[in-house]
Amino acid sequence: MGRIAVKTFLLCALLSGALFGAGLVVSGMTDPERVIGFLDIFGHFDPRLAFVLGGAVLVTIVTFRVVLRMPKPLAAPRFELPSARQIDWQLIVGATIFGIGWGIGGYCPGPAVAGLGVGSSEAIWFVAAMLAGSNIYRWATARKKLHVATSTT
Amino acid sequence: MQITYSALAGGALIGCSVTLLLACNGRIAGISGIINGAYSNGSVERGWRLLFLVSLIGSAAVAFHFFPQSLPHRLSFPPFALITAGLAVGFGTRMGSGCTSGHGVCGLGRLSLRSLVAVLIFMATAMLTVAVTRHVWAVLP
Repeated sequence: MGRIAVKTFLLCALLSGALFGAGLVVSGMTDPERVIGFLDIFGHFDPRLAFVLGGAVLVTIVTFRVVLRMPKPLAAPRFELPSARQIDWQLIVGATIFGIGWGIGGYCPGPAVAGLGVGSSEAIWFVAAMLAGSNIYRWATARKKLHVATSTT
Repeated sequence: MQITYSALAGGALIGCSVTLLLACNGRIAGISGIINGAYSNGSVERGWRLLFLVSLIGSAAVAFHFFPQSLPHRLSFPPFALITAGLAVGFGTRMGSGCTSGHGVCGLGRLSLRSLVAVLIFMATAMLTVAVTRHVWAVLP
């Protein structure tokens, strides 16, 4: 990419991040107690947050159809989309573990990062633990790959 | 119903955010993926992710000013539970290649079956976890 292209690319990332942060706060997803309320279908169920994912998917289901029909993105050489198709055990176990963590704390990654903006101590501890958890998985799989590689040679 | 409208409006803003990133940069705005890629190689690859995250944090800080009711104001949450939750979310989203934004907002938007399965699983286990920790054992606020 040329220099102007890189600048546009970075500017779009900046704008997208700003919209995302504003959306999280406007929606109320940033309050973990409200998230727990939404997940508490057997207790004081608070359905309001269903409208957040609902509102977002309502937009993407329309816009993505149009966007993905373009030959290439406006500021990048090509679309970089996830190539995985099959529903493997990593997806199932990973989503299960994520759900358990979400249910315990009331934070998923976006709202936790947004909470850093007000210096929330909960958000700081949560994000630190989240980075650790992610790297534990990366480290464990890298070791396994290394082990497989050395045992096959 | 005012708060429901704000949830809908916030969701729509998130939808616009991920549309912008896909239309301009050709990337999927999954927060867990962006965080994990923020320490990858290549200056542009790292740069756009860091900019996205810094911008997200900054704009949230401004938005909290106008929506103080969205502030996290929980006071007495057990630190051990918070750390466990963070570890599980980090581990699980990396293993399952996505979180609420990547699989939820973007994956469902592009009609990915893989993402639909992930969303159904993490919603179900999150609801089950809340039921167990808040009602069956009643150990968390």
